[in-house]
Amino acid sequence: MEIHRYEKIWTAGALLLIVGLIATVTYGAVGPGVKMIDDSGGTVDPGSLGDTEFGDPGVTRVAEDEYEVHVVARQFLFQPGTTEPIRVPADSTVTFYITTPDVTHGFELAGTNVNLMVIPGQVSEVTVRFDEPAEYGIVCHEYCGAGHHTMAGQLVVVPEDEYRSEES
Amino acid sequence: MAYVDDFPTDARIVRWNMAVAFLALGVGGLFGMVQALHRTGYFRGFVSSADYYTVLTGHGVLLALVFTTFALCGLFTWGVTRSLDRSLPSARFAMTWFGLMLVGSLMAAVTILGGLVPSMPLSADVLYTFYAPMEAHPLFYLGLTLFIVGSWLAGVDWFRTYWRWRGDNPDARIPLQTFMVLTTMLMWYISSAGVAVEVLFFLLPWSLGLIQEVDPLLTRTLFWYFGHPVVYFWLMPAYFIWYTVLPKLSGGRLFSDPLARVVFVLFLLLSTPVGFHHQYVDPGIPEGFKFIAMTNTMFLLLPSLLTAFTVVASMEHGARQRGGEGRLSWLRKLPWDEPAFAGCALAGLMFAAGGFSGMINAGMNINYLIHNTLWVPGHFHLTVGTASALTFMAAGYWLFPQITGNRLRFRTLATVQPYLWFVGMTLMSNAMHRAGLAGIPRRTAEPQYGSVAFEGVVGGVSEMRLQIAIGGTLLFVALVLFLLVVFATWLGGDGTDTLRVNSSIPTPLSGPEHSPRILDNLKLWTAVAIVLIALAYGLPLWALVGDGLFAPGSPPIPV
Repeated sequence: MEIHRYEKIWTAGALLLIVGLIATVTYGAVGPGVKMIDDSGGTVDPGSLGDTEFGDPGVTRVAEDEYEVHVVARQFLFQPGTTEPIRVPADSTVTFYITTPDVTHGFELAGTNVNLMVIPGQVSEVTVRFDEPAEYGIVCHEYCGAGHHTMAGQLVVVPEDEYRSEES
Repeated sequence: MAYVDDFPTDARIVRWNMAVAFLALGVGGLFGMVQALHRTGYFRGFVSSADYYTVLTGHGVLLALVFTTFALCGLFTWGVTRSLDRSLPSARFAMTWFGLMLVGSLMAAVTILGGLVPSMPLSADVLYTFYAPMEAHPLFYLGLTLFIVGSWLAGVDWFRTYWRWRGDNPDARIPLQTFMVLTTMLMWYISSAGVAVEVLFFLLPWSLGLIQEVDPLLTRTLFWYFGHPVVYFWLMPAYFIWYTVLPKLSGGRLFSDPLARVVFVLFLLLSTPVGFHHQYVDPGIPEGFKFIAMTNTMFLLLPSLLTAFTVVASMEHGARQRGGEGRLSWLRKLPWDEPAFAGCALAGLMFAAGGFSGMINAGMNINYLIHNTLWVPGHFHLTVGTASALTFMAAGYWLFPQITGNRLRFRTLATVQPYLWFVGMTLMSNAMHRAGLAGIPRRTAEPQYGSVAFEGVVGGVSEMRLQIAIGGTLLFVALVLFLLVVFATWLGGDGTDTLRVNSSIPTPLSGPEHSPRILDNLKLWTAVAIVLIALAYGLPLWALVGDGLFAPGSPPIPV
């Protein structure tokens, strides 16, 4: 097969670009340790969330500076998140467990990498480190019915000492 | 002699397919403008925010499926009959697949639009992705089924034409256009099997109440098995035009026929085992499978990058034939006032930008920043909305005279139209990309959220909204101009004009004789494609159905 010299150079460049892109992602996973959302959250019966840890969703402290947040996404609110903000302390590691009893939703901390799908029957698990006090908007970014655009909430990262004094 | 003189029956089939395609484009485009004005808050008098999703579903289904597939059927019927120099075997068979697709489209469209009429018991505002457990009326799923089956039969028709030609020409190389049609259809058969299984075995019986629950993650995975290859089902006919027609429009010849074949074989092999890249942020799928899908997705960049080279090289050759010189000043010699050429060239240029934002989507970690934000529609309005749509429109300027026998009407409007589309899309798409970086979600009726402040990296949110509104309006104006030109061309003559163009296509600079015959071995490539899919999808699907086909299950939820 006859391939023009420029064509060969271009093809080599294209392959190099592709391998380079794969390399950056691989580096992100093994170097800085960028975690992906996977099947670690397990499955759950969407019809009986009440019998699980999602029966009483909210923030639990599991160790020094480590917290778990269980969130139920449903048409059209996050529990917690929408009626009252999710509150976590700064300088902590927070693992979110999110599921839904009805349809597919999204969970995005606007403008950050915390961005995932919430699918009936599956538990989405993601671990985030919050260093500084801040406020984040939570958006449902998957269409979930006629009121989809009203489904939003807030996450507030409060200063550590303030959080401790509220807790006690 | 025009194509219509040699193949009057096939020309009619091409015309009808094109007519349905462009009518769907008109309606879907109108919906697009409604959305652009509604969600930016500039004019909200068309529909309520709750009905916005009905309009959005109509926009997605009419443009991403109906418009693209009918346009493809028109272009491919023309390409097969022209390049093999023989008619489709049976006009009745052609009318069968055309009719099935049309009836299926109408059923889906009526069910969707029923959502706007409260007194009608129909609705299907489940968006183009129809994720379970949101439920549409059974007629919606049935319409989609008929539509897909019709598209399969269209492929059978082109294969039948090819087999008859092969009987008469046992040793000849497959003509390039037919080669492209056959590889595209093989890819389509393999990939649309996913959505066929999803709809026939799960969603349709479930919406009829025959089964109680479906597994939302499994049906979603089957959707995305088809959901990315369908992108190539839109794009490959655009490539088909860029490889075979654009060089001629530029004034020259295709640079390399063998490389064009390699590109289409690569699409056949790599299109399907990439679907998981739409599910990077889904729970329930192990990270390793996502990584395999990512490597496949990245390698799928290769055929597009090769296409960029060949198409630009062919355009340069054409420009030099027209007296172009210098390193870049040959660009000025290209026929920029020829609507068919300008449309294809601008579409290709915008596709390059869309390709780069696609690389971001494909990157497993940076995807987290933009998943399900406005970035994504920003991206695919450059791919399907420009690379495909503008190319099909441009091809229409060139093809309609030949399939009707009438010269092009309103030539000035036709000359302006591709540029107007280009400007409208530049405004809309760049703003959508930047809005996505600010975290503004896609698929929502509202410009603002009470509890969320979006901050743009570059520029302000209100400026982005303005650009989206203006861009969307310009796109609709460009669409109206296009429809005026083609329908006036079609209806405004008696088929006996002297045409400025003909459908003969010059031979490539490097022809098929320079490529190994194994490239034409379609059985081999199909087998390799299936093996690759089994590797990418075998284990994950096995894991998903390990706990039962319908578990963890969800009953239907009306929206």
